[in-house]
Amino acid sequence: MIPLNQYLVLGALLFAVSVVGIFLNRKNLIVLLMAIELMLLAVNMNFIAFSHARGDLAGQVFVFFILTVAAAESAIGLAILVALFRNLRSIHVDDLGSLKG
Amino acid sequence: MDLAAILFYAFGAVLLAAAVAVVLVRNPVHAALFLVLAFFTAAGLWLLLYAEFLALTLVLVYVGAVMVLFLFVVMMLDINLDRLRVGFWRNLPLGFLVGVLMAAEMVALLAKSAFGTGAAAPGPDYSNTRALGSVLYTDYVYAFEIAAVILLVAIIAAIALTLRTRKETKYQDPSKQLAAHPAGRLRIVKMASETTVTLSPARNPSEGAE
Repeated sequence: MIPLNQYLVLGALLFAVSVVGIFLNRKNLIVLLMAIELMLLAVNMNFIAFSHARGDLAGQVFVFFILTVAAAESAIGLAILVALFRNLRSIHVDDLGSLKG
Repeated sequence: MDLAAILFYAFGAVLLAAAVAVVLVRNPVHAALFLVLAFFTAAGLWLLLYAEFLALTLVLVYVGAVMVLFLFVVMMLDINLDRLRVGFWRNLPLGFLVGVLMAAEMVALLAKSAFGTGAAAPGPDYSNTRALGSVLYTDYVYAFEIAAVILLVAIIAAIALTLRTRKETKYQDPSKQLAAHPAGRLRIVKMASETTVTLSPARNPSEGAE
């Protein structure tokens, strides 16, 4: 039987890794989206661990909705990337300053 | 150390290694493949927590759909990899510091506190999918419908963002096709029929061959 706090530590480490990923890949929108997916995975891991530990299914229902919203988010994010690449021929973050005054 | 603990530590190590590889590798295609590995391993960990339905959903929805979408987009776009790595090593000390601090704080909080070992393993006739469905369609039915609307919004947004009409390509416009009326296309001319018809003699096709 694995104690609950080991799952929580695993989720915390995963979250920290994805925060480092956001720091490192600030110019790369695709890897930024992937780091956000990793963050959501860490959060989901905590939800499921607590759901198992408390014997309550509400945590799993919440993970279900998080998966739904994350799938919608990545679909729209990638669609925005494709539209951006068509117009600018680049997805570099420094080229996206057209709204800057 | 029982089998579940061994599996937990092995899967946790693979998950963390895959996550580190996602944020460190140079090629976004490799990062997407490592993310697939991370999701797959996380699904294994969720199975250890008796969340079978969500583990299978993670594999089907994420590995099957979202990561394929990621790979499709990464391979479709022509990305200059060298420009995307600008500032990578310059940001590394700060990012590493923040990450280590965050991890150390959370681990210090979580490692010693007694959360217990959790509920006992469910019996052999317990169905996680059935239990999840029985609360999802009763207590959480409004949230479920809102999730369906969110997916619909995502579908329409993704199509509307990427749909474009090329000028050089011919398209059918169904509304114009339906609005077409015979009076706009065809004009019937009344004229007297011709009475005398002069027939030219039929030529024998074999004559020209001589």
